[in-house]
Amino acid sequence: MTISSTVFAFVSDLVKQQAAIVIGPGKEYLVESRLMPLAREAGLDDVASLVARLQAHPDEQLRRKIVEAMTTNETSFFRDRDPFNALAQAVLPDLCRKRSSTHRINIWSAACSSGQEPYSIAMSVLDHPLITSDWQVQVLATDINEEMLARAERGRFSQLEVNRGLPASMLVRHFERAETDWRAVPALRAMLRFKSLNLNEPFDLQYMDVVFLRNVLIYFDAATKADVLQRVRRVMRPDGFLFLGGSETTLGLDDGFERVPVGSATVYRPRGAGPVDLPSLASPAVAGAGLAMGALAAGAHVAASGAMGPGAMGSGAMGHAGSPAAFAAGRPPAGPATNGWPWPPGPPRPPGPAGPPGSASPSTGSASPPGTGKPPTRQPLN
Amino acid sequence: MVIDDSSAMRLILGRIMRGLGFDVVEAPNGAEAIARLESGSMPEIALVDWNMPVMDGLAFVNAVRKEEKWRQITLMMVTTESEQSQIVRALAAGAHEYVIKPFTPDAIADKLALLGVLAY
Repeated sequence: MTISSTVFAFVSDLVKQQAAIVIGPGKEYLVESRLMPLAREAGLDDVASLVARLQAHPDEQLRRKIVEAMTTNETSFFRDRDPFNALAQAVLPDLCRKRSSTHRINIWSAACSSGQEPYSIAMSVLDHPLITSDWQVQVLATDINEEMLARAERGRFSQLEVNRGLPASMLVRHFERAETDWRAVPALRAMLRFKSLNLNEPFDLQYMDVVFLRNVLIYFDAATKADVLQRVRRVMRPDGFLFLGGSETTLGLDDGFERVPVGSATVYRPRGAGPVDLPSLASPAVAGAGLAMGALAAGAHVAASGAMGPGAMGSGAMGHAGSPAAFAAGRPPAGPATNGWPWPPGPPRPPGPAGPPGSASPSTGSASPPGTGKPPTRQPLN
Repeated sequence: MVIDDSSAMRLILGRIMRGLGFDVVEAPNGAEAIARLESGSMPEIALVDWNMPVMDGLAFVNAVRKEEKWRQITLMMVTTESEQSQIVRALAAGAHEYVIKPFTPDAIADKLALLGVLAY
């Protein structure tokens, strides 16, 4: 049964008022599916009864639970990848130069949900060859949903969660088993701070060098987007960096930001901050930093090459390859000469058909879609 | 190439991989997988279970990594072995990625994208 327009209007007004989240017409199903568990938990038959209870007896806890249930918490480690590559390959090197006198960097993961984003940021920092132990990097993780924030603060993730987007080599370096879950190791947790924060209300934070505000603005109306962006900009350092979601922008909302492409990602900077030093992307010191997915694979390649004899894979510059312990040995060695994260990854794959009939790809001889000679594009699964 | 002694798991993984646009061949253990490679199969990626009869997944990874001619094959363990030390062993032996069962289809797709064998 679909909820009535009166109940829908009450919930959407409440969520708009409390969290500035817009629930547009036609989303009755969303309200019902999100609030039905709350209604059952309260011993009620339906969402209408839940709303009636709140209207009859204003209850701050119930109000908060309804708002929290309506917030979206979709997340995964290194979601969308490009922002994390930009962070490691351009943003952190830029900040390392500009903050060389203080050795301090503050990063804010706004709307952090269950924590995959701030932990991904912290892993990127810990693994970065330029961020040595004398740097103080703090990642502030905030969310309006206190239940999600508490989950994030626990730093425990299920098997299904760590399977999503987290490279296995990072998993074993930065997490340890905790019964059936995985728990962030102390060095990772030490970088993170957690705080309940509603972006729709005034906030007072220390100055931020980098802000991740991804897939949040999409839930707000234009006026709220502009307001949030303006207030976020006020807590950013003039030469800071803002990451938004792939479908979000500051254009037409806050002309105090300018859009700067960095590799495959887009960052927004306070106007006048100047260009990002893109040549840093080619610097030997950071060329291997970042998520560089294939690079992780290359690490394993080189580990294997160790068994084949020195030089079998070329440079053999991998500091951590070759022994099981080395994989879990913490950050890769810093500096150009011992950069532990090769990028680009190992040797290029041979183009075109690679095998005779009867191989893994009977129709083409490769695992590519027939006739393309390219990796298949991700498709939705039926 | 899907290497798993469970026909149900081969079916599941095969379906996921085909849904992602791959052609798939299967092998019930490491030894048969090696035989297929010896006969000329050259998969872009092998999804490898750990615990299998005849030749287990780790032995398969070691065998593949010893051969220069198979260097281009991307190896991803898909296994119930969930101990940290086992993951480290597999990566050190030359596996590129590691998925712990149970998994969702999205997890497989994510890892393939991570490895660059699937566009994100």
